[in-house]
Amino acid sequence: MRSVAKYFSGLFTGIKSLLFGMSVTWKELWTKKVTQQYPENRDTLVISDRFRCELVMPHDENNEHACTACGICQMNCPNGTIVVTSQMIETEDGKKKKILDTHQWDLGMCTFCNLCVITCPSDAIKFDNTFENAVFTRSKLVHKLNHEGSKLREKKKEPLAPKGE
Amino acid sequence: MKFVLIRIIRSFMILNYSQPLEVTNLTSWLDSALRSSMSEFWVLLIEFVLVGVALLAAYAVIALILIYAERKITAFFQARFGPNRVGKWGLLQSVADMIKILLKEIVKINRSDRFLFFAAPFFMIVASMATFGAIAFGKGLHAIDFNIGVLYVTAVSSLGIIGVLLAGWSSNNKYSMIGAMRSGAQFVSYELSAGFALMTIVVLAGTMQFSEMIDKQQYCWNIFNGHISSIIAFVIYLISGHAETNRGPFDLPEAESELTAGYHTEYSGLQFGFYYLAEYLNMFIIASIATTVFLGGYLPIQVKGWEAFNGIMGYIPSYVWFFGKTAGLIFLSLWVRWSFPRLRIDQLLNLEWKYLLPINLVNIVVMVILVLTGLTLTDLLPGIF
Repeated sequence: MRSVAKYFSGLFTGIKSLLFGMSVTWKELWTKKVTQQYPENRDTLVISDRFRCELVMPHDENNEHACTACGICQMNCPNGTIVVTSQMIETEDGKKKKILDTHQWDLGMCTFCNLCVITCPSDAIKFDNTFENAVFTRSKLVHKLNHEGSKLREKKKEPLAPKGE
Repeated sequence: MKFVLIRIIRSFMILNYSQPLEVTNLTSWLDSALRSSMSEFWVLLIEFVLVGVALLAAYAVIALILIYAERKITAFFQARFGPNRVGKWGLLQSVADMIKILLKEIVKINRSDRFLFFAAPFFMIVASMATFGAIAFGKGLHAIDFNIGVLYVTAVSSLGIIGVLLAGWSSNNKYSMIGAMRSGAQFVSYELSAGFALMTIVVLAGTMQFSEMIDKQQYCWNIFNGHISSIIAFVIYLISGHAETNRGPFDLPEAESELTAGYHTEYSGLQFGFYYLAEYLNMFIIASIATTVFLGGYLPIQVKGWEAFNGIMGYIPSYVWFFGKTAGLIFLSLWVRWSFPRLRIDQLLNLEWKYLLPINLVNIVVMVILVLTGLTLTDLLPGIF
């Protein structure tokens, strides 16, 4: 007798759960479509800020960047993607100073690990959101990050923080 | 000649008056035009050829429309757009696919049974084509109308399984073989349920002829006429029909993750196209037989006594009613397909042998009692139905 009851209760719970499943898909039928129609929706496309697409060196309005050509990014890069070339110049007050000549980054070899950005002591580089990076020749993948004629942004003199803090 | 023409025009106008959009007008006009100028033999020959061509064309066109509709509705169930690049709203997508499939190479498989391998798709397509001919698409659009129509449809549509088994056997491929065997087990099991479900309605209608069955449903469709028993039979028929077409949750003969594509793994080009076509047409055939047997076929919704309403409904041509009802059932089939996960083989056979078949047998007995004791709706409420 118990098995008969089990048979029928199984049958009806089965039907109930199937109908519930169908009601779920019925609701799904009328939901908003999630497809991104990419080339058409370029203007409204939203890319997450944390998405790493292309390494850039932000320049301000005076065409000044923050890179001191220390080469830490180059040393930290696991693939040898970054090549920093620098030159020594003599400032007006007779001090010798290393300035950035070219900051070269090869997109084709980059794994977007973000180590260069994390280790940069002066926050001179970052990844931005321009993701349409396809080109026809490999040489176009090598980017020069510092703009033509740019120079290092001079730091404003700030009072040193007391030690131990 | 002049007299004949007048007669034709007069008959045309009489038909025209009540139902202006029926194809019957065209066919009867064509028939009388042919008869006026030719002997009986040539008239019949030409008409047979025309009917054959029309059925073949309808077969291909319906398959194309179904493929498009399926892809669109599937996409909507998954919150996508579906095909929308070829033509307006992707309307030409399935036409483009058809052209592609026609241009593809037919690959000859080494060490396969060549003759059976090529013969298999034809079994499939011939079986579904022969069933297709027996469907009543509308008033006067009914090519084969045997007095044992239901039996004919059940017999002929089950020929398709030979194509599947031959394909699996002759491909010399383990996946194909397993897929075909699964398909065989599934088909044989569910054919039983489908047959019994139709049999329930044969008990109710008292006839096996489709045209007669449709005529009897004018005011009360079979699904309402036999109330509880009919509804159970309807649901069982839909489930087992769905399983017979190897679709939806019952698509384990071609379970992609286990068997690549099942019995048609080795087929390419037009031969694969045959299987593809037959799959969609079988879906249509199942839906249209359910429409004919349970939902009053091509008849419009009519209520006894509401003459004005009946007149308005009658203006909608019968083929629109038929395709509308069929489309509703096809949508139901797609809805089921995209709601439920695929069954295991043991679950599949459990469902058939432990649930559908016993319920079905009891259901037939219930239906017999309903009919014999006069508990059908037409007997209970003769004023309304």
